[in-house]
Amino acid sequence: MRREGSPWQGLNTVFVKEMTDYVSSGRMLVLGLITIGIACLVVYFAIDNIRQTTAEDPFVLLKLFTTGPSILSLVLILGILLPVVAIGLGFDTVNGEHNRRTMSRILSQPIYRDALLAGKFLAGLATLAINLICLWLLVVGLGIILLGQPPSGEEIARSLLFLLMTLAYAGVWFALAMLLSIVSRSAATAVLAGLGIWFFFILIWPFLANGLAATIAPPDLRYEMLGLQTPATLQWTEMLRRLSPNQLFSEAAVTLLVPDTRAAGAVYLDQLRGAVMGAPLPLSESLAIVWPQMVALIAGVFVLFVGGYVVFQRQEVRA
Amino acid sequence: MTAPVITARGLTKRYGKATAVEAVDFDVAKGEIFGLLGPNGAGKTTTILMMLGLTDITAGTIRVLDHDPVREPLAVKRRVGYLPDQVGFYDNLTAIDNLAYSARLMGIPAAERASRIGEALARVRLSDVAEKRVKTFSRGMRQRLGLAEIVMKRAEIAILDEPTSGLDPQATVEFLEMIEELRRAGVSVLLSSHMLDQVQRVCNRVALFQAGRIVLMGSVAELARQVLGAGFVVEVEADAAADLDARFHAIPGVSAVARVGADRYRLTADRDVRPEAARAVVAADGALRRLSVDDPSLEAIYTRFFRRQTNGEEGKRDAA
Repeated sequence: MRREGSPWQGLNTVFVKEMTDYVSSGRMLVLGLITIGIACLVVYFAIDNIRQTTAEDPFVLLKLFTTGPSILSLVLILGILLPVVAIGLGFDTVNGEHNRRTMSRILSQPIYRDALLAGKFLAGLATLAINLICLWLLVVGLGIILLGQPPSGEEIARSLLFLLMTLAYAGVWFALAMLLSIVSRSAATAVLAGLGIWFFFILIWPFLANGLAATIAPPDLRYEMLGLQTPATLQWTEMLRRLSPNQLFSEAAVTLLVPDTRAAGAVYLDQLRGAVMGAPLPLSESLAIVWPQMVALIAGVFVLFVGGYVVFQRQEVRA
Repeated sequence: MTAPVITARGLTKRYGKATAVEAVDFDVAKGEIFGLLGPNGAGKTTTILMMLGLTDITAGTIRVLDHDPVREPLAVKRRVGYLPDQVGFYDNLTAIDNLAYSARLMGIPAAERASRIGEALARVRLSDVAEKRVKTFSRGMRQRLGLAEIVMKRAEIAILDEPTSGLDPQATVEFLEMIEELRRAGVSVLLSSHMLDQVQRVCNRVALFQAGRIVLMGSVAELARQVLGAGFVVEVEADAAADLDARFHAIPGVSAVARVGADRYRLTADRDVRPEAARAVVAADGALRRLSVDDPSLEAIYTRFFRRQTNGEEGKRDAA
């Protein structure tokens, strides 16, 4: 049975309207300003750091993203704050329409539900993209002004890839927030569930992954005597940790932004045979290393969106 | 009668095991106001949602303007306007902006939008608050804005779900007038309500819902004959030397005469028998002081029907 008409009819209208709402909302202003403010502060300290410690580095601009005061860096800050921004943006996308009682009125217009959901989703992604591009321009601009060195082509390429990946990471959390807003009719429940999942992945999962790995593959005494980690345990730890989008994001970010990174996880001795230590990898090689992480993040966006789509299509219009 | 604009045959909706609407048949003619009546939860809103293709149909068929809402929802929704129960708008947008968004979704060309929005707001008398945010609107104004959306759409059918619930009497009267205007403009109107007197005021025909079924359908006068036995109750107050009882009985069409006071009579008839009653009093050389007729009230029909039904069920239970 085929439906008549295009599922995209009205998509553009919904997109423009939602985009206007997001961009002009006070919520977005606050979240955006907090993120950009903290990011600028970190970058400022990073520049200070770089001036004092770096003698010569072909990728000095990229260091802006990965260094900062003590262990803080832009990558770390984004990894923690972006989910909050995305959840804050998306937690009431669908249940808000129900609660305002606008849902049935809008759906009685000649559009399919597809257009409503896709329009909202794309508008959210576009809003996040605008924020991230602003941030990227600010960081690169600050770097050029304060370091006084023009960026090389490869630096720009690497940082743009990083930008794309950051967007995918934010997209995962936005899609999650939207899914929660479809499943839960109450916006408060959706935001609490979203923040709960965020908290779990940021703070609890890394430790839980260690514990789980040690249970699945108990550490070997022979390695422990030598003060080494058991390879099987290590592999399990890495695999479990990579279930968290945060882990994927930070691995991919570091590999892209620190060109001499040779592996996203643990490096084994045989992998180092013949390697020139400290020599940067070409961009294509770095890309090959982070390919799985990038694909996983983008796939995550799709899976969560499709999940929400399926639930939304079957949902009753009536409250 | 021209071809009906909405035709439902054996329309059924089940949620799991619970049945919301059970084998409902009805037609809505072009240019009439059709009322769906019944207590809350009787299946009125579900029926409406099925007409718009907003919820799946379990069994049966429904045709709206000769389209199938399940397979061609866009064709149906382009020509049908819907005002949901307690309609909502985007509070932070103005009335104009809210309508402009709907207009874009409807696919109204940009050149026509402003004029059609202006016209629609004028029709529901909201022109002076057009630039105000909907946040400041009262319940009645929101309902009218919802009606403006239907006017702007130039819908051929307007489906109104509980349009007057929660409105004050003044706003209700105004809103009902607007519904009449809509019908005069050639729009077929289907409205659901549990406010019987209001429905009676505007509807040409009604369908009475109970527990997912239509238990009664027809014009109010038809229903009155069906349920109350006779449609008209005429009250006469007159004193006369002669015996009026017998004279009233002699009027054709009168089925009962009751004496309710010293010189007051209540006549039950199948038509308006006021002229004959007056003539009877005058012929008996009496002084006619008052002559009035009660329109058959939907409320009376409704209460009587449900009372009869509950009695019937109790009777069955007793028999068992």
